[in-house]
Amino acid sequence: MEHPNGYSTEVKLFVISVLTENKSGLLNAITIIFTRRKINIESINVSESEVAGVSRYTIVVKITRERAEKLVKQVRKLIEVLGAFLYEEEETHFQELALYKVPLEPFLNDSNNRIEKLIRDNFARILVIEREYIIIEKTGRKSETQKLFEELKAYGVSEFVRSGRISISKSKRRTETFLKELEELSANSLVKE
Amino acid sequence: MEALTKQTLSDQSEKQVSQIVSGAEALLLGLLEEGVDTIFGYPGGAIMPIYDALYGYQDRLRHILVRHEQGATHAAQGYARVTGKTGVVFATSGPGATNLITGIADAQIDSTPMVCITGQVATPLLGTDAFQETDVLGISMPVTKWNYQVTDVTELPEVIAKAFFIARTGRPGPVLIDITKDVQFAKFEYTYKKCEKIRSYAPYPKVNNDDIEAAAKLINAAKKPYILAGHGILISGAQKELLAVAEKAGVPVASTLLGLSAFPCNHPLYVGYLGMHGNYGPNVKTNECDLLIAIGMRFDDRVTGDLKTYARQAKVIHIEIDPSEIDKNVKTTVAINADAKAALKALLPKLKENKHDKWVNEFRECDKIEYEKVVNKALHPAEGGLLMAEVVNVISEMTKGEAIVVTDVGQHQMATSRYYKYNTTDSNVTSGGLGTMGFALPAAMGAKIGRPDKQVVAIIGDGGFQMTLQELGTIFQFNIGAKIVILNNSFLGMVRQWQQLFFDKRYSATEMTNPDFVAIARGFYINAAKVSLREELKQSIQTMLDHNGPYLLEVVVEKEENVFPMVPAGDSVGNIRLE
Ligand SMILES: Cc1ncc(C[n+]2csc(CCOP(=O)(O)OP(=O)(O)O)c2C)c(N)n1
Repeated sequence: MEHPNGYSTEVKLFVISVLTENKSGLLNAITIIFTRRKINIESINVSESEVAGVSRYTIVVKITRERAEKLVKQVRKLIEVLGAFLYEEEETHFQELALYKVPLEPFLNDSNNRIEKLIRDNFARILVIEREYIIIEKTGRKSETQKLFEELKAYGVSEFVRSGRISISKSKRRTETFLKELEELSANSLVKE
Repeated sequence: MEALTKQTLSDQSEKQVSQIVSGAEALLLGLLEEGVDTIFGYPGGAIMPIYDALYGYQDRLRHILVRHEQGATHAAQGYARVTGKTGVVFATSGPGATNLITGIADAQIDSTPMVCITGQVATPLLGTDAFQETDVLGISMPVTKWNYQVTDVTELPEVIAKAFFIARTGRPGPVLIDITKDVQFAKFEYTYKKCEKIRSYAPYPKVNNDDIEAAAKLINAAKKPYILAGHGILISGAQKELLAVAEKAGVPVASTLLGLSAFPCNHPLYVGYLGMHGNYGPNVKTNECDLLIAIGMRFDDRVTGDLKTYARQAKVIHIEIDPSEIDKNVKTTVAINADAKAALKALLPKLKENKHDKWVNEFRECDKIEYEKVVNKALHPAEGGLLMAEVVNVISEMTKGEAIVVTDVGQHQMATSRYYKYNTTDSNVTSGGLGTMGFALPAAMGAKIGRPDKQVVAIIGDGGFQMTLQELGTIFQFNIGAKIVILNNSFLGMVRQWQQLFFDKRYSATEMTNPDFVAIARGFYINAAKVSLREELKQSIQTMLDHNGPYLLEVVVEKEENVFPMVPAGDSVGNIRLE
């Protein structure tokens, strides 16, 4: 479907990748931009990037392209935001991490090694084994970590946690090069002509 | 005072001199470095060290003690809007800080440079619900261009420098700096360096030549080009450039509410005021032009009405410094993301000399219709009580369109925007985006302090006046010579008008039983008079204008008058109603 202004009305997943200075309170400043527009954040992850003092936010939202583009412009307006980039899912490589806590007991009675096989088949691994429980770890897409969760349910999952998505764009640009260009750009646009 | 600031500056250029001072004193020294001479504020516990330091700087920093912190923000806005300088506000923590929020939100949406300094409880008390502790950073985050809390005194000079740099550059806006009490007391080695660069912030995007070429091509080819001039013209100081572009290419110019006074109302290419209560021609012609040239404006819904039917036939050039405004409401054909002045300067030599007399005449035809249906009746009523339009018209004539006019929010604001003939620039101060009742009285105070040489006339409704009338105390104490006109219709007029037109005349909570405004003014030792007769109007306005010092004139106007034309909210600009 097309809107008269040329945008598609399709709602889909977008990844917004934001590079910022490391300033306290910025997470709040970024998320209220979404809250104010009633846009639910599907997942968010913040970590220091490969450049010291520069943080990278990976935010996943499910909206139309028009809303996504306008949202990114609002994020760029924050003073400490160095850059904000909009990607469709296919333009990124991405992963999530999931941890599952299951009781130890079924393993001890697992004469057919069914659980072990399940772990192997799902490309998961055992992180720790304690007296009462084991913790399984799996990286993958949401559908994959979810599938393992469903399958482990039979053995009783006492805790399950999944991280926000982290993603890397397929573009060749290096963060450092981007920052250098940005320095030049801001140096060239400091004064009124 | 000048000598002292100069001294510090020249010292610095030689070598970075340092001195041991408290955080409080460092703040004041920083303000002096930024050229500040006036502060609007109100003291309290958490900001006392700063006020104590101020005691020793009274010769260089004038502090205007307002009667409510909201008044300080609006006064700073009025000051900033007429001087182009950054308005400065002081307030204490907790309630002092929360009282600033309305004015900060107003300054944000109306792009007004302002730096607010709030005191905060001592650092160890943060987050403990200590007395008068409020998360002012969290509260003000969505309505500031930037905010920061200082908990380390050595950061203070840099933060002050950044605050002023951010507030005044690019699309201006409010900045809030929260300073904990321990930082105000702490001594440190002070040096000041102006902020010249923030790597994540590019306030003035370079004009792109391809965009200029593309825009010039569209303008040169257009048969019915049409300029919409916004606040950005005033902010960037592009009045001359706008005039030159319009005259060279022969393009009619209409103004947004905040753009008023950027283009002289008596110019042959000026066609009027845009929007919900704007002029007839400017609204209907939006849907007939072939090229819309929007400059420093943001296509607010009060200008566009229904977007789905707004200027669909036209190509659109949008000159705008804030990239998030481009393609936000109206899709552009050519976007020029730059400062208005720089863009217009680049555009001018590419334009062909042109005239569009027939097209401009179409606006004049509309004016005739509007005159007959609306203006004539509003200016020359045969009988009945005074009408807002005729009062504004008299003020306009008697001040030759050269006063700074400050309006509040409501019918009187729309009447003033329609009927005051602004002939000098930077002379319209109003609350546009937020529509804050209570804005005008304190804003007029700030405007008069900023431009003591100008006649400053505030035009206010009886409702809005009662929202901030305590500032009469400030006006009296500092003898601020603003003229205050209350257009008293004993109603929350604009809301009543909507109730009449769209809610079956069910006047729910809009009628006002008002106090004796003249007695109130006199209670504050301010000269005042009341007028309700047509034959006494001119004389009473003359007396007000001639009075040396502040003066309040209550004008009793018709109770149930409506402002027309009107584009009903959400309707198409083409469906503007004349009655
Ligand atoms: C702080 C605030 N509260 C409420 C409103 C809604 N409002 C808009 S216009 C208006 C009526 C204003 O009445 P008055 O000040 O008497 O001016 P008039 O319209 O009669 O000229 C109201 C209540 C507002 N704009 N601001």
